[in-house]
Amino acid sequence: MEAKTVQAKTNADLKREADELFREIDGRELKGKDRLKLPPQEMPTQDPMERIRNMNEVAVGYYEHQVRVEAARCLQCNPAPCIKGCPVAINIPAFVKAAEEGDYQESVRIIKESSLLPSICGRVCPQESQCQATCTVGRAKKDPLLSVSIGRIERYVADLERESGRKSIPEIAPDTGKKVAVVGSGPAGITVAADLRKAGHEVTVFEAFHKPGGVMVYGIPEFRLPKAIVEEEIETLKQMGVEIRTNFLVGRTRKLTDLIEKDGFDAVFIGSGAGLPKFMNIEGENLVGVLSANEYLTRSNLMKAYDEDNADTPIFHSKRVAVLGGGNVAMDSARTAQRLGAEKVFVVYRRTLKEMPARVEEVHHAMEENIEFMFLHSPQRILGNEKGRVKALELLTYELGEPDDSGRRRPVPIEGSESILDVDTVIVSIGNDSNPLLEHTTDNLETNKWGNIVVDDDLKTSIDKVYAGGDIVLGAATVILAMGHGRKAAKAINEMLSAE
Amino acid sequence: MYKVIEKKQLSDQVFKMKIEAPLIAEERKAGQFVIVQKDTNYGERIPLTIADADSEAGTITLIFQTVGKTTTELSMFEPGDYIENVLGPLGKPTHIDKLGTIVCVGGGIGVAPMYPIAQALKAAGNRVIIIIGARNKDLVIMEDEMRAIADDLIIVTDDGSYGRKALVTGPLKELCENDPPDQVVAIGPPIMMKFCAETTRPFKVPTVVSLNTIMVDGTGMCGGCRVSVGGKTKFVCVDGPEFDGHQVDFDNMMLRLGSYKEREKEELHKCHLEGQIKARERKS
Repeated sequence: MEAKTVQAKTNADLKREADELFREIDGRELKGKDRLKLPPQEMPTQDPMERIRNMNEVAVGYYEHQVRVEAARCLQCNPAPCIKGCPVAINIPAFVKAAEEGDYQESVRIIKESSLLPSICGRVCPQESQCQATCTVGRAKKDPLLSVSIGRIERYVADLERESGRKSIPEIAPDTGKKVAVVGSGPAGITVAADLRKAGHEVTVFEAFHKPGGVMVYGIPEFRLPKAIVEEEIETLKQMGVEIRTNFLVGRTRKLTDLIEKDGFDAVFIGSGAGLPKFMNIEGENLVGVLSANEYLTRSNLMKAYDEDNADTPIFHSKRVAVLGGGNVAMDSARTAQRLGAEKVFVVYRRTLKEMPARVEEVHHAMEENIEFMFLHSPQRILGNEKGRVKALELLTYELGEPDDSGRRRPVPIEGSESILDVDTVIVSIGNDSNPLLEHTTDNLETNKWGNIVVDDDLKTSIDKVYAGGDIVLGAATVILAMGHGRKAAKAINEMLSAE
Repeated sequence: MYKVIEKKQLSDQVFKMKIEAPLIAEERKAGQFVIVQKDTNYGERIPLTIADADSEAGTITLIFQTVGKTTTELSMFEPGDYIENVLGPLGKPTHIDKLGTIVCVGGGIGVAPMYPIAQALKAAGNRVIIIIGARNKDLVIMEDEMRAIADDLIIVTDDGSYGRKALVTGPLKELCENDPPDQVVAIGPPIMMKFCAETTRPFKVPTVVSLNTIMVDGTGMCGGCRVSVGGKTKFVCVDGPEFDGHQVDFDNMMLRLGSYKEREKEELHKCHLEGQIKARERKS
């Protein structure tokens, strides 16, 4: 942890050090112990005090020699534990090896055998709990944060290809005459659409919003995932011949089953995401100034409310903000509030830093940006002024007790520990439930008690020819897991259509 | 892209617009609404109720009042122009049953969303009494359409310039006293719906209201539209827009509707200042 807490080095330092290191190792035969001695390459970033005044990307990407040094840290294990950690089983040692040799084109080609969106996954995948969690280098150093930075290398080679304009459109198999409908244009939907189109099926993606991309467009902020990258991926999909219909809410604009019965689709994939914000059910939650993270982030990201000179959609001019929750969405909300000009932003979380579900890198960035973390605190009620606006949050202090079902120590309230935190905005970021719309408007679509669609091993739902994947099945998860699901569903749909 | 087919100004601030949207026209039912956004990059998404639809022609009719920037700009669209985004139909359709006598109360612009509901209630075999309320004669809309379906039509204006000089709650109360209807449906400004609900409460007449709150997506994702109904938080976009008027916390709803008022005022002030600067520049 401590290696990451302070970034005293400037980007220029990082570049110079990498240049020197590369000169030392270039052309040399490296042994395992030489590789283990190479220092992990830090990600160059915008200066914290600078970046909180803009929406631009925080991480600016590796310098070339950083990539070469970082890739040289890889021990080329066989079998490779990192591949097992990757939801789409990218051949990680192979692409890292190509990067080490400076063959970036080959490197990205290897990634693309398994993953469609490397520029996106290189940025938003929780590598530390997936591929990098099992990396032998991290194990040797007894800290997964010192593993080979697989994601950063992925990002570099993918960006290089993207920026070169040499991006290739995948080959499309001859027309099969089959039509597939994809509900939702987030990571699951995009993956299904691309895979099935490659197999020669006619694919239409239905998106409720006015712009495709799902959570990558409305949820994840520009400073973490530039929207231009998502737009390019969508553009690739269109060039492959996938039709994208925005302003189309399956369930309302058209019933799900009508897509098959009336519109002649041979299969449907539901990748509609986890879209119903949870609230705490505490007093004062409907006061003016209490928002779901979904609303706050959608206003800022999709509706571009941060661009006040141009955007018609308003957003609160908050001075003191409390964000409730400890996940990535909470970090995104807090950091967005900071960038929109808040004087003080608090993250209120029931447990401690250790139990926080947010990515280490995001928490680290938030701390650098002076977001204040109030661990072991939980809101009791929200207090309003005479105009019905938020004026404060009443908090209760907790301590950690015995481990609960999740293995994490259960937070226990300390009696009489109430305190008041003056805030004018409260952003509730404690997760999402499934949107019940499809369930309500579709007969015989089986869901579990959380409203997630029930699927079999092939991701087929209770309705014939209808498949589902991503957050609508998993509950709120990650971009890469949704992509993994998309890949699996596409395979099953393809087999089903071929068997007909 | 959604083509504007027809535009008509109904009163000083109220416009009627027919828009090409064949899928919505085919699927929509009484009580549902659409989200409209005039341009994809920077436009605001606003909910507007569907006043009518023609599934054969593939058109829907929207009636709206110019209350903010988006509605004002929308009112400047002409036939042949395109609105970039229209999503719908959204919300649960009105529950239409044969109940007996139903009083439909439409206040101001609320008459527009009332029209398809009254139509459906009439078609289901109910006796339909319609009360139209407006501030003055010029603001009374859709009188002819409503007269065509109403068993009885009562018009009231605040200033008495047309029909009876009364608030809608006047005739509503009389109806409840004389021969309580089986149901009341009230659509209009929140304050009107609140007092309609208060009027019928002592008579225990079931009262349905249709709410129009702040929304972003309109599909259940943001929760900006949430209201308290019977002490429980509901989303207008997916649980509504219609609720039991006796259970709705209208005071909280009205506060929430004003969430961005200060911002909106600022914008207006900015417009005003910019106008003054321009005027001065022109002078010099």
